[in-house]
Amino acid sequence: MATATRSKPEHVSLTTQRKPVTLLEAIREGLWEEMERDPSVFLMGEDIGAYGGAFKVTEGMLDAFGSLRVVDTPISEIGFTGAAAGAAHMGMRPVVEMQFIDFIACAYDMITNYVATSRYRGSGAVPMVIRGPSGGYVRGGPFHSQNPEAAFFHTPGLKIVYPATAYDAKGLIKAAIRDDDPVLFFEHKWLYRRPQLREVLPEEDYVVPIGKARTHREGTDLTIVTYAALVHKSAEAAEVLEKEDGLSVEIIDLRTLLPLDDEAIVASVKKTNRLLIVHEDTRTGGIAGEIAMRVSEKAFEWLDAPIQRVTAIDAPIPYSPPLEDYFLPQTDDIVKAARWLANY
Amino acid sequence: MANRTPTKRAAAIPHGLDREQLLDMYRLVRLTRALEEKLELLFKQSKVIGGLFRSLGQEGESVASAYALRRRDDGTGDVLSPLIRNLGSMLTVGARPDEVVRQYMAKGDSPARGKELNIHFTDYQRGFIGQISPLGDLVPVMAGVTLTFKQRGEDRVGMVYIGDGATSTGAFHEGINLAAVQKCPLVVIVENNGWAYSTPTRMQTAAKSFTDKAAGYGVAADRVDGNDMLAVYGAAKAAVDRARQGGGVTLIQVDTYRRKGHAQHDAHGYMDPAEIDRWATSNDPIDRYVATLTENGWAQAKELATIDARIDRELDEMIAGVEPSPLPDAEEARTDVVSGGPVAAPWYRLSPPDPTKA
Repeated sequence: MATATRSKPEHVSLTTQRKPVTLLEAIREGLWEEMERDPSVFLMGEDIGAYGGAFKVTEGMLDAFGSLRVVDTPISEIGFTGAAAGAAHMGMRPVVEMQFIDFIACAYDMITNYVATSRYRGSGAVPMVIRGPSGGYVRGGPFHSQNPEAAFFHTPGLKIVYPATAYDAKGLIKAAIRDDDPVLFFEHKWLYRRPQLREVLPEEDYVVPIGKARTHREGTDLTIVTYAALVHKSAEAAEVLEKEDGLSVEIIDLRTLLPLDDEAIVASVKKTNRLLIVHEDTRTGGIAGEIAMRVSEKAFEWLDAPIQRVTAIDAPIPYSPPLEDYFLPQTDDIVKAARWLANY
Repeated sequence: MANRTPTKRAAAIPHGLDREQLLDMYRLVRLTRALEEKLELLFKQSKVIGGLFRSLGQEGESVASAYALRRRDDGTGDVLSPLIRNLGSMLTVGARPDEVVRQYMAKGDSPARGKELNIHFTDYQRGFIGQISPLGDLVPVMAGVTLTFKQRGEDRVGMVYIGDGATSTGAFHEGINLAAVQKCPLVVIVENNGWAYSTPTRMQTAAKSFTDKAAGYGVAADRVDGNDMLAVYGAAKAAVDRARQGGGVTLIQVDTYRRKGHAQHDAHGYMDPAEIDRWATSNDPIDRYVATLTENGWAQAKELATIDARIDRELDEMIAGVEPSPLPDAEEARTDVVSGGPVAAPWYRLSPPDPTKA
């Protein structure tokens, strides 16, 4: 099978040029390096070849790796997700792109019934990654802005990863590809090209372990548990709370949603005694409920206030700016909820 | 026969088969029927856990189609994914009768160790992948299996079975379409047995023939009498050869008939008993195969009777050996969810119960 023979194109060698990369570029470099490292890694999805994907994550890969390893598919989420499982059975490590993560719903049967149960049923591990752009704040409307993680969070047999930084995005996509379990890898499109997230990444190969949360900001008065885009909105809120209220806010970036890093969550709650869970997904049945319940089971006696959550409202995500702004959690919502919690 | 001179040679065996292979196919089809009959007895004795699914009347096409594959046990052969009524295909590619009985009895030493049922089990060495109950899903999976054969330049072939009912699913469409555009070495056997549970084929599709669908995907098609084993073998062999030579996907419509209900618990009152009887008395695949073998002088009735007797004896011995096997340990329910050890036990099952631990 073809491997890249030419020297790397500029757009996937920013790190070796010691240039800062965006979250999107970090994912692209991670994918590229894994394709080079392991000939069993290959990509499948809609328009990922000559076009380079709707967001250009796979730009240049067809030229470098050829059409057997960068497989443009018909519009068929059940088809290519199932095909990825079949390839994984044969020893490959497929990485499937959902053009927008919203379309993962089309493959729900294949993922939950087939892929997630394969190891348990005795059909063996399914080392595959399903990745795609998710999340709102971009005026994408009901079918290009969703956060469907909760539907899969409830499915034993899967892992779910949702990075918030360029460093984590590269380290986690590599870990996801090398993992023997099926991994859903969510990429927040509002974070894809944010200049603020540019960082110079380590030149050496590294992975970020799946299942480990990260302390984004140390604090002592209250814990915010969050992930993806809302790590950054929570950080903005923490700045405001520090300046205006003198509050010291700790932010736990989950990075991996399944399995949840209970230890990190509980340790932080035991330190600050107050917990605010912030996520962009809708409220009812969102993963905040599960986190709250686990803290209640494991650290009830350390709590000085009721656990609270800031989430999207229970509605489909709307398009028009005032509607989307109202629907999604905003920095000011986090400030208000944290303030209430601190004063309880 | 009486008119023939003793020196008259037997008719030539078609499709490049030899006499040993013909007898081997006979053994497999008889084994399939006999094993299901034993399972039915076990079911009546309440020793089968859950449902029992018979392939009565379809054993011939299962065996004959799978017989066209390159069968190996070292993980380098062709790969097949069956449906519930393809016990014959499973046995043909090397699944053992004791594995099937262990599965049906939910034993701890069954291939799926009690986590999956009936013939839903997998062995990549022998080249079969167990189906799951959402029908159609294995078509995309087998598209991916065969895509990998192509990616790696291996001359292996995949064969996937789908019922007339399951051709209505999106998964079927997406899988065969993906395999078609990628020119995957895949053979899709559409088993038209007249029924999807209680729904007749005419309520499943308005198409006159499933081969019409092949045209829609731009793949080769063939249609064959599913109760004529040699015809099925011939069609399957041609499709397998075409796939192996880079000719891509073939859809084969196999016309047959399901002579029982969907499962043992289905009293099939929606079926016409006269129609079932007609298929049983004049179109049974094993009867027809025996007639073909003996009338062409390819086998003697005595040889076949010897094979039958051995099968019955071996099955009885096997079942006696399997019955004492224990059910799995309950804690086994926690294993193999993901890599890295079992999932947590519920805290109230711990000793002493401790909610902070799970």
